[in-house]
Amino acid sequence: MLRDITLGQYYRTESVVHRLDPRVKLVATFVFIISLFVAGNLLGYVVAALFLALCIKLSNVPPKFIFRGMKTIFFLLMITMVFNLFLTPGVPLVSFWKFTITKEGLRMAVMMAIRLIFLITGSSIMTLTTTPNHLTDGLESLLNPLKKIRIPVHEISMMMSIALRFIPILMEETDKIMKAQMARGADFESGSLINRAKSLVPLLVPLFVSAFRRANDLAMAMEARCYRGGEGRTKMKPLIYKKIDVNAYIVLAVYFALIIVAGRFDLLKFIGM
Amino acid sequence: MSIILDHVNYIYDEDTAMAHAALIDVNLNIPKGQFIGLIGHTGSGKSTLIQHMNGLAKPTSGTVYFDGADINEQGYNKKNLRAKVGLVFQYPEHQLFETDCFKDVCFGPKNLGLSQKEVELRAYGALKQVGFDDEYFYQSPFDLSGGQKRRVAIAGVLAMKPEVLILDEPTAGLDPKGRDDILSLISKLHKEMGITIILVSHSMEDVADYVDRIIVMNKGRVFFDDVPKNVFAHYKELEEIGLAAPQVTYVMQELSAAGLNVDTNATTITEAKNEILKALKRC
Repeated sequence: MLRDITLGQYYRTESVVHRLDPRVKLVATFVFIISLFVAGNLLGYVVAALFLALCIKLSNVPPKFIFRGMKTIFFLLMITMVFNLFLTPGVPLVSFWKFTITKEGLRMAVMMAIRLIFLITGSSIMTLTTTPNHLTDGLESLLNPLKKIRIPVHEISMMMSIALRFIPILMEETDKIMKAQMARGADFESGSLINRAKSLVPLLVPLFVSAFRRANDLAMAMEARCYRGGEGRTKMKPLIYKKIDVNAYIVLAVYFALIIVAGRFDLLKFIGM
Repeated sequence: MSIILDHVNYIYDEDTAMAHAALIDVNLNIPKGQFIGLIGHTGSGKSTLIQHMNGLAKPTSGTVYFDGADINEQGYNKKNLRAKVGLVFQYPEHQLFETDCFKDVCFGPKNLGLSQKEVELRAYGALKQVGFDDEYFYQSPFDLSGGQKRRVAIAGVLAMKPEVLILDEPTAGLDPKGRDDILSLISKLHKEMGITIILVSHSMEDVADYVDRIIVMNKGRVFFDDVPKNVFAHYKELEEIGLAAPQVTYVMQELSAAGLNVDTNATTITEAKNEILKALKRC
C-alpha cells in the first residue's frame, strides 16, 4: 500500500530526460509551472498537455507509474474542484437548493483541476528522472547567487537532499514495522476512526525512534568524514552543460513562446462559446 | 499441525520495470515439532518466504496451507493464524513501543482479544521463558541493552503461544555471548515446549548444532532441503552460491584428504572430536 506513493521517488531507467543536467530539469519544471498559469485558455492547455506527453514519452517512465502518484492528491483535487464549482460568482448555469453552479465556476473548476494534475505530473517527471543527489546539486548551483544576500544555500540544499534521501528509507521502515506489529496481531485497517488512530501508536513510536537513531548515525558519519559545511567544498562530479542541455533549453523556450502565442488566440471564442 | 507450501511463486513490483521474482516454485512441507534452519544469502528470498507462512505476503501464484486450510482464502482468520505462526522479525527490538517491557509483551495477546488476566499471565510466562529478570519488567524497553531488548521482543511473540515460531536472523548484531544465549534459548523452547522452530540465518555455524533439517535458498528457489550432514556434504556447491559449510566440515575434509581415516559427515564439534579420537586410536 505504501508503494503507491511515487512522489519524490526515482525511477531507474535509461532515457534522454534522465541524462539531462539537473539544472535544466529544475528550470524546465519551474517554467512549466509558470506556463500553466500563463495559459488561461483551452488551446494553452492543449499545448501544455502535448509538451507533458512528449516529456513522459522521452523519459521512458511507464505512464502508469506516474499517474499512480495521483491517488494521493485525489482529495485535494476534489476539494478544490467543489469549492470553485460552487463559490465562484457569475452567470448561473444550474441551481438547486442553496447551491448554484455558474458558468465561470465550472470553467474555474475544470481549469484548476487541469492545472493541479499537470503541476503534479510535471514535477513527478522531474523527481522520477533525477536522483535526489543530482537534484540538490542542481538546486544548489541554481541558487548560488543568493549566497550574496546571506541565504545559506548549501545548508538548505543539504537538508533537502537528506530529507529526500530518507523518504524511501522511512517508507521501507514503516512497511517493516507495520508487518512486525501485524505479526503480533495488530490491525491497521478496520475499526472506528478513533480506534484506527490509536492503532497507529505501535507504528509511530518505533518509527520516530528509528528516525532519530538514523539522524544521529548520519550526523556522526558526516562528522567522521570532516563535514563542515559548504565552504571550500569541491564536487567529484561538477555540473557542466552539454549540447543536449542546450537543445533542451531551446525546446523549452519554444514551448514557452507557444504558450504565450496560444494565450492570444482564444479557441473558445473561435468555436463560438 | 503443519505448514505446506505448494508451488508458491512471488514477484515483487509486478508490472513495473523493477519486477523481479523473489520466490520461484517453492514446495515445502513443515511438519509439527521440527527444528529447521533456513539458510540463504542476502536476497535469496528467505525473508519473503517466511512472510508467506503467516499470511503477511500473498503468493503471486500457488497455495499456502496451514493445518490443511488455504490461508489466503476469503474469510480465513489471519489474526488467528498469526497467533499460531509467530514471526519474529530481524532486529525485533525495533518494534518495541510501550512505556515498559511488560506492557509491550502484553500487546500481542491483547490483540487476540483475551481477558486482562489471561493477557498478563501470558506476558509474565513469556518473559520468564526468555529468562528476563523481574526487576526489569517495568523499565522502559529503550533503556535495555541490545540482547535484553531482543529477549523482550521475542517474548512479545511467545506470549501469543504460537505453535510455530519463525525467527529471522535472531542473532544479527549481537556479540558472541548474546548470540549463544539466544540460540540456546531457542533450542530450549523447542525441547521443552515442542514448538516447531524455523531459524533463518545466513550462517551455517549458527544452525549446525541445533537443527534437524536445513533448507537452503538460492535466488528464490529451494536449493537443498535435507538433514544437516547431507547438506554439508555439498560444501562445494554451497560455496558457489556464496555460503559455506561449518568449519568442522572443512577440518574433516582436510584431514581425510591428508590421509587420516575419518568420517567427513561430522557436523558438530563434539562429533568431530569423537571421530578424530577414534581415527587416532586406529592408527
